[in-house]
Amino acid sequence: MQRLVVGAGYGLKDWLAQRVTGVIMAVFTLIMFAAALGGAMSSREAWQAFMANGLIRFLSFLFIVSLCWHAWVGVRDIWMDYLNSAALRLFLHVMTLLALVGYAGWAIQIIWRL
Amino acid sequence: MSEMTKQRPKHLALNEIRLPLAGFASILHRISGAGLFLMLPLLIWLLQLSLGSTQASAEMFSAVTGNWLVKLILLGLTWAFLHHFCMGIRILLIDIHVGVEKQQAHNSAMTVMVVSLALTAILGLKLLGAY
Repeated sequence: MQRLVVGAGYGLKDWLAQRVTGVIMAVFTLIMFAAALGGAMSSREAWQAFMANGLIRFLSFLFIVSLCWHAWVGVRDIWMDYLNSAALRLFLHVMTLLALVGYAGWAIQIIWRL
Repeated sequence: MSEMTKQRPKHLALNEIRLPLAGFASILHRISGAGLFLMLPLLIWLLQLSLGSTQASAEMFSAVTGNWLVKLILLGLTWAFLHHFCMGIRILLIDIHVGVEKQQAHNSAMTVMVVSLALTAILGLKLLGAY
């Protein structure tokens, strides 16, 4: 049987995005873990000084963007796997996307205000 | 071909399926990710309070993180993050064909479960102020 596959490729892009954003977050996690061992979280002052560092702010920004992108792909997959109603799926896709964009803006605003 | 078509759709009795350990770890990957997503507002709020410059934000941070329910949620999220982190590394390794064999996949799933629970215990004791 001949099958016409249309639009193939977007799944690969999401799969790859999930890996790349995951690696970015994993590396950031290890950096934060090392920083914690080095005393960056020993007091409120130390924590704030650490997070105000230019490089850390840059990496925090990458982490936040990666997190929201990663969560979008993951949560969307959950809706796609378990919901049969196209209308409900569309609604929750939009809600998820709006929430994540809002979270990203909120979190970035917190670290960039420092 | 037609016989195969007749058997569709296949209905799976979820309560009767005995998942292998790798399958169990995999569904926990999804559950932990969903939990982290749902609790994102709390985590961002705590980040905001921890980085706030006012005395009020410092007091609010102490009050919120001192609440036992919040502590319990944070303990759960600690496990969720660690499981998701370890499972993510396992997925990346399988992507590059490391540990694809059945026994290896079983062992790595067990490793993920044990390591994430052990790290949760270590960080959880810190969270609860044991040391």
